[in-house]
Amino acid sequence: MLDPYVPLVLMFVLATAFSAVSVLVAPLIGPRRYNRAKLDSYECGIEPSPQPIVGGGRTPVAYYLTAMLFILFDIEMVFLYPFAVTADALGLFGLVEIALFIATVGFAYAYVWRRGGLDWN
Amino acid sequence: MTVLEAAHTSLGGFLAQVTPIQAPEIDYAAILPMLIVLGAACVGVLFEAFLPRYQRWSWQVALTLLTLVGAGLALVVYLRDNPQQGVVTLAGVLSVDRPALFLWGTLLVLAFGAVLLIADRSVEPGGAFVSHAAVRPGTIQDRAQAARLGMQTEVFPLTLFALGGMMVFCASNNLLTMFIALEVLSLPLYLMCGLARRRRLLSQEAAVKYFLLGAFASAFFLYGVALLYGYANSVRLRDIAEAAAGTNRSDTLLYAGLGLLVVGLLFKASVGPFHAWTPDVYQGAPTPVTAFMAACTKVAAFGGILRVLTGAFQATSWEWRGVLWGVAIVSMIIGAVLGLTQTDIKRMIAYSSVAHAGFLLVGSIALTGEGLSGTLFYLLAYGFTTVAAFGVVSLVRTADGEATHLSQWAGLAKRSPLVAGVFTFLLLALAGIPLTSGFIGKFVVFSAALKDGMAPLVVVALLASAVAAFFYLRVVVLMYFSEPSPEGPTVSVPGSFTMVAITLGTVITFVLGVWPAFVLDWAGAGGFAFSTT
Amino acid sequence: MTNLAAAQATLAEAAQVGAAGGVARFAWLLIALPALGAAVLLIGGKRTNAWGHLLGCATVVLSFLYGTLLFFDTTDLDPQRRVRELDVFSWIPVNALQVDFGLRLDPLSLTFVLLVTGVGALIHIYSVGYMSHDADRRKFFAYLNLFVAAMLVLVLGNSFVTLYFGWEGVGVASYLLIAFWQHRPAAATAAKKAFLMNRVGDVGLAIAIFLLFRDLGTTQYTEVFARAGELSSGTLLAITLLLLLGACGKSGQFPLQAWLPDAMEGPTPVSALIHAATMVTAGVYLVARSNPIYDLSPDGRLVVTVIGALTLLIGCVIGCAYDDIKKVLAYSTVSQIGYMILAVGLGPAGYALGIMHLLTHGFFKAGLFLGAGSVMHGMNDETDIRRFGGLFRYMPVTAVTFIIGYLAIIGFPGLSGYFSKDAIIEAAFGQEGWRGWVFGGAALLGAGLTAFYMTRLVLLTFFGEKRWEKLTSADGRAYHPHESPSVMTVPMIVLAIGSVGAGAFFALGDNLVTWLEPSLGALEASEHGVLPHALVPVLTILLVAAGVAAAWLLVGRKPVPVTRPVRVALPVRAARADLYANAINEALFARPGAWLARALVFVDNKGVDGLVNGTAALLGGGSGRMRRLQTGFVRSYALSMLGGSVLVVAALLVVRFA
Repeated sequence: MLDPYVPLVLMFVLATAFSAVSVLVAPLIGPRRYNRAKLDSYECGIEPSPQPIVGGGRTPVAYYLTAMLFILFDIEMVFLYPFAVTADALGLFGLVEIALFIATVGFAYAYVWRRGGLDWN
Repeated sequence: MTVLEAAHTSLGGFLAQVTPIQAPEIDYAAILPMLIVLGAACVGVLFEAFLPRYQRWSWQVALTLLTLVGAGLALVVYLRDNPQQGVVTLAGVLSVDRPALFLWGTLLVLAFGAVLLIADRSVEPGGAFVSHAAVRPGTIQDRAQAARLGMQTEVFPLTLFALGGMMVFCASNNLLTMFIALEVLSLPLYLMCGLARRRRLLSQEAAVKYFLLGAFASAFFLYGVALLYGYANSVRLRDIAEAAAGTNRSDTLLYAGLGLLVVGLLFKASVGPFHAWTPDVYQGAPTPVTAFMAACTKVAAFGGILRVLTGAFQATSWEWRGVLWGVAIVSMIIGAVLGLTQTDIKRMIAYSSVAHAGFLLVGSIALTGEGLSGTLFYLLAYGFTTVAAFGVVSLVRTADGEATHLSQWAGLAKRSPLVAGVFTFLLLALAGIPLTSGFIGKFVVFSAALKDGMAPLVVVALLASAVAAFFYLRVVVLMYFSEPSPEGPTVSVPGSFTMVAITLGTVITFVLGVWPAFVLDWAGAGGFAFSTT
Repeated sequence: MTNLAAAQATLAEAAQVGAAGGVARFAWLLIALPALGAAVLLIGGKRTNAWGHLLGCATVVLSFLYGTLLFFDTTDLDPQRRVRELDVFSWIPVNALQVDFGLRLDPLSLTFVLLVTGVGALIHIYSVGYMSHDADRRKFFAYLNLFVAAMLVLVLGNSFVTLYFGWEGVGVASYLLIAFWQHRPAAATAAKKAFLMNRVGDVGLAIAIFLLFRDLGTTQYTEVFARAGELSSGTLLAITLLLLLGACGKSGQFPLQAWLPDAMEGPTPVSALIHAATMVTAGVYLVARSNPIYDLSPDGRLVVTVIGALTLLIGCVIGCAYDDIKKVLAYSTVSQIGYMILAVGLGPAGYALGIMHLLTHGFFKAGLFLGAGSVMHGMNDETDIRRFGGLFRYMPVTAVTFIIGYLAIIGFPGLSGYFSKDAIIEAAFGQEGWRGWVFGGAALLGAGLTAFYMTRLVLLTFFGEKRWEKLTSADGRAYHPHESPSVMTVPMIVLAIGSVGAGAFFALGDNLVTWLEPSLGALEASEHGVLPHALVPVLTILLVAAGVAAAWLLVGRKPVPVTRPVRVALPVRAARADLYANAINEALFARPGAWLARALVFVDNKGVDGLVNGTAALLGGGSGRMRRLQTGFVRSYALSMLGGSVLVVAALLVVRFA
């Protein structure tokens, strides 16, 4: 009789092995072309603060706003899909619920929009 | 047969296959106070979006206060004809039982006091909140904004969101809802901490610290929920209790889950050793927000602790009680001993709150009717005293803002006997001197613990109270028996909002000290409801 | 048959305590009037200076008139219905402790009401003249009114708690009045001494009340007396002794007698009213009032008797040696109250006799004090009797009234003291065995000594050589003795009439004894006395005559030195030193108390403070060290949380699996 936790343990082992292999093998077989970006903490292009005065040293707030708005509507989508699939079964109650949900997200959107969160210049 | 008919038939056939999902029964009357608060929070966001800047403050203040009054009225109306055993509604997710109603009432009145402090614009010209949060601290623009009237009125809807989260938190009957509520109450608080008008850097540091550690604690909580789900196949408190009562599942999951869950809750309640954020955040946050956090978050967190421990872990209380004894002792000792050497009044009250959290935990782990009612009473009493105390703290100022260093409070009684007198009374209440609500609160909590066989814990608690009394009395001595320094702080004339808040807190602290019976009766009116049907 | 009799007895008892109706419904006015007077005079302050003394007199006179009305209202009743109660308000309604402020109107309390308001009214009137030169006369009357109100609470209350309230009230009034001239250090000290020594007695009374409440759950007289039989004999003895301690404190009985002579530092009307006629007799009242309790404890009564006998001798002996007119009278008071305590200690054979002597003593002692005050008034406030002499001619009214009081106190046949004191001596001899000899002998000896020192006092004051002619008073003025104004002499005359007639009125036909029966029970005549009844008065008169003669031989015949001789025999020296009462108090209580206090201070400084300061230092140091853990770095905070979590989870698992 297989203990139900054995697959879990196997999963842990696999995960550990994968990350270890990735970290250990990449330097062995990959090309080594260093530049400044590669030595930064994050390789996604964000420069960690504090930085020299150049560029203000801070990530523009707009960056976070965009990210937040993206997540906001992403989550909304995540909820809308299952609703759409079972819309009939949920009936009127479900419709009202999802309308309220969209409304609350809409309030946040209205706030960002009215307060200039969508202005780029 | 036409195409249309065919379509109709097939559609009918499709529809016929769909079995409608039964919408859960919702007792709207029971959850009306909560709906009012959360709905008004959304309206507040719309106000922010569509009202011109100069109108926002007055509209938001009116909306927030009306919301609290309206929610309170809905609560009172519902109280008249709610069933004794409580109502479980929204598919078993929320229980509106007597403790929940008491906690909601407590949260609403405490929030009312805190909102009054938040809304005050005369003690600190323009209010205690920054007018442009995005300005970088220490720059010329920052100094300009400190002098500019007007504030980030977003603080009002944020308060309402946090309050709504708290209300859900202490009524939620399953762990996942509880987690959502935890986030709903925490996220606005993180933001609000960073909105102080003065000492922006300290305020932002507090916000970031609170956010990081809060996220850390949330992770603990969530991990605990996950383990418990693994244990009981459910996140409902009742199901976990049933699973724990009679199965041979892995106890490792149960106790690891319980431990992590409780850590998450204790963090919110600022119980030591999970209190590390408390002094820094209490100090850095704008004083009205500190008042709100200290009073309301504690109520919500202990409401949650009481509900979780009673609902899901009563059967295993033998195993965990010893551990929580230890936690309570550590918390009381840390709060009492570290409070001794504080030089900042807000940090001192923060350590006092850690000690009080230990006392509250003593009552919470009794798991008897008396423990429940005692803890509920203590929460109400402590909340009012704290709101009033922070109200007084916000009055004592120098040109640079609040004078929070203790040395600046020397000889305050000579400059302003009334403020010093009120603050003395509040400190005595925190120390638990008779004729104040603090005494009654400690008395009911400790006697409940004593009856439940926790005499050694009560002894430690009494010793800790004695140690803690020292640092309260030190402030009293400082105010009355020291010579005021010539460039000492001035005491602002409180605006009507702050005055109402301080008066409310002080009067209730006194009333609960001399006539606690009616609140104790209400707090002991009934137990939790956990039905899952 | 016996059942029927028992049922009738129960019925009679049930009927005994009735509710007060009719004119008695307003009995609270007795207290309210003087209390109102005190309140008006104290709150009104200087604005009432002009008419304050009149208001003070009026309230007490009205109280007296109303008291008389109540008295006749009660005498109209059937003797069995003469004990009535009046509920005024619910005073202390705390759980099991239910004390209603109620009044008990019975012969005993009404007797005291008449004494307190009657003598009180006379002394108020006298004070109008006596205090006429004092700037604070209004305050004086306020305090006097306060005293009368408190004394009435004491005697009218229907529970021990109410009595205690009045008891403390008269204590405060007494303190205020002794220290009325507080600019004199002696007066201030005397007031403190009186207050402190009274506290010793008060503690006894308080503990006795606690015991009653503990065992019976009530402090109301009716219930306590009805259920006193439920108390164990040990508790009974403890209660009787503690009540006696209270009585000793208030009434200046051994061993707490030392404050009373010092209390004469107060104005003379105060000495007359409070420290002779009324307040100091409260101890006698207490014992008499608690008669159902004392009836059950013969041992307790024996101690009472012993204390009484001892005190009456102490008072006489010291009285012989003093030269201060007021102090002699004060020790005479101590001794006379000793008689009363002795009488009430005899139990049913003596309660009524004690009260009778209390009343007659109230008349003649108040009269004597007022007379002394009148003498002082005419003699530049001089009190040394060696500086008086031959004053009869200069103040005839004072002299005559004083001599009437003197004859009454020594028990001259036919005057009031004769009836009341002789009755006590007889009752003392009426005891069986050694008690009869000892107590009777002490009382008899006391009578002789009283005759001696009182005669000496009268001779030195009113007769003989005018020693004052060649002297000046302390402030250098010559003495011009003169009679006092009529506002002072009239009360003295009234009291003198009382001194003559009261005894006969009370004693002949057993008027007073019968009247007091509903409160104190029937007087038991002793049958087995050690001496025949007829012999006792004869012996007494002989001894009194001997005392008078001795005094005449010692001071009447030959000149008296103005300064008192220093080289005197040992007994006189001892008596002059109050029989070393203060020294004994000092040695037995004050000095050990001081040592104890010093030892405690030492323990406190070295031990307790050391512990406390050590703990404080430890906590402070610990706090300072722990504070460093609060680094301000989120990473260390998170680490502490993580550590805490690991500990919590590990502990849970250990508890579960260990």
